[in-house]
Amino acid sequence: MSRDSTASLPAGLGRRDFLAAASVGLSGGLAGCAGVFATEGNNVNIAGSSTVFPVTEAIASSFSERNPTVNLSLSKTGTGGGFGNFFCAGRTDINNASRAIADAEIEQCGNNGITPIEFQVATDALTVVANPNADWIDCLTVEQLREIWRADGATHWSDINGEWPDEPFELYGAATTSGTFDYFNEAIIGEEENHRSDYHATERDRTIVQGVQGSEYAMGYFGFSYYSENPDSIKAISVDDGDGCVEPSIETAMNGEYTPLSRPLFIYVAKESLEKEAVRDFVRFYMKRAATDLVSEVGYVPITEEKRDENIEKLETAIAEVTA
Amino acid sequence: MAADTGETPADGFGRVSRTKDVAFRLLALAATLIGIVSLAALLLNVAVDAVGWLDWQFLTNPPHPDPYEAGFLPALVGSIAIMLMIALVTFPLGVGAAVYLEEYADDGYLTRFIQLNIANLAGVPSVVYGLLGLGLFVGLFNIGYGTVLAAAFTIALLILPIVIISAQEAIRAVPDSQRQASYGMGATKWQTIRNVVLPRAMPGIMTGTILALGRAIGETAPLIMIAAPTTVFGLPNSFFSKVSAMPLQIYNWASYPQTEFQYGVVAAGVVTLLVVLLTINSIAIVIRNRYQQRT
Repeated sequence: MSRDSTASLPAGLGRRDFLAAASVGLSGGLAGCAGVFATEGNNVNIAGSSTVFPVTEAIASSFSERNPTVNLSLSKTGTGGGFGNFFCAGRTDINNASRAIADAEIEQCGNNGITPIEFQVATDALTVVANPNADWIDCLTVEQLREIWRADGATHWSDINGEWPDEPFELYGAATTSGTFDYFNEAIIGEEENHRSDYHATERDRTIVQGVQGSEYAMGYFGFSYYSENPDSIKAISVDDGDGCVEPSIETAMNGEYTPLSRPLFIYVAKESLEKEAVRDFVRFYMKRAATDLVSEVGYVPITEEKRDENIEKLETAIAEVTA
Repeated sequence: MAADTGETPADGFGRVSRTKDVAFRLLALAATLIGIVSLAALLLNVAVDAVGWLDWQFLTNPPHPDPYEAGFLPALVGSIAIMLMIALVTFPLGVGAAVYLEEYADDGYLTRFIQLNIANLAGVPSVVYGLLGLGLFVGLFNIGYGTVLAAAFTIALLILPIVIISAQEAIRAVPDSQRQASYGMGATKWQTIRNVVLPRAMPGIMTGTILALGRAIGETAPLIMIAAPTTVFGLPNSFFSKVSAMPLQIYNWASYPQTEFQYGVVAAGVVTLLVVLLTINSIAIVIRNRYQQRT
């Protein structure tokens, strides 16, 4: 009995010592790591459009390989969600945007002392898609698209063209927080009408692909890069803006034939964030890379070299103002 | 006659019974097999998909839109950093609460009320904890959305009830005679807890905590709620840097357009997550076995 109890004591002591040592070691290690890597302002926070996401991801990835100590975070929030909840609230340094910033958003940013600077980084061709078995459509005019997507418009395919099947549409589109929604709304629906609200709205392009694959009478729209990755499972519809049918492609977007659905993609940088060295380095790197193959590899049209030089000049002016 | 009357019902009874017996046995076996077979099929499927994708480059690269260049490093390190923080937070809090409830608190209505609440908290869905974390840590304490600290505190709250309950059970399992013996030798309550109860309960407490950490590593919903970023490049460089975790990165990859992502890269991520999880669980088993052999 007595042997037992005395034997358990040193064992208990050893365990406690081990535990104490382990916890001291753990917290010390954590603090040590934090101390070694913590350099003030070594973070770059980005939110915004899921359409611009792949471009920024590609550039951030190659930036990160060269600057592994910079902590870069990237979120998909939609253009409007990114401006409203993160960028103009001072929570992020950069916002990805698939449309130009709105006046209300500029005002919101201004109230919080944030000056957005716009840089065009690529061009996208917004793509309307249908099920490959829907053999009756290859091309739609802008009016027909408006009729399909406007509120209180057509409900059946036969409403658009009497020869088409008498079946209701199944519509998949971008969510209202998305810049893709805003752009489609502006380019196709116009100011007099509203975008319909009885469709499947999502920020996840994959959901649209799955929906359109699943039904012969379905239709959807999203950025070109998503279509270019799935050209066999869904069919892109050519758009007729009065000059005949033009199919969406990198070439037709670049030479300006694919109207009205080709659109510029932007990043907005908070001028105040350019005080941080990491943000400066990243945006400089971004501007140089935006005119290269990195952009076409993810399915967008790179900007021209003149545009790139213009961007770099704009950036350097802003940096000079902030750091002066 | 006697044999006849005895045999017929026994025979009939026996026949019916045997068929039912066999049938039930097969049914139970099938129920067991469905679980095991589907788990095996899932693991096999994921493992086969991950072949050729799970390599050194995958583990050491940052994420990339090209599936052949995509890497998992920031999410892997992020998950481990969150885990370490969670362990540092939950262990003292969980053990402290358990010691109080088992050793100090009297068996009054208040104690029973607290006990009941802890048991209920263990069953609250993780999204709700995410909301709590968003309101409390991100909103009120303002430690930044999606940071290492916010993520760790939120998930720590989530697993705290589990840690408390398992620690309580471990403490309860320490025989009362040992406490009495300690008091009998003139030890105070604190000395008894420190020298007798905790050392004896430690293997149980450790096992419970580590298993709870295993649950924590797979949590996604609370991280989404506190707006943890979709993708992170570079390693976390302070407690306030934004952090991504493995399940979040896997969820994000699953929505990429390329089929290489949907199968290969996601599978490689899942296998990495499972390996980390199984490693943690086996550490728990090793610790438990070592302490059990000693005591």
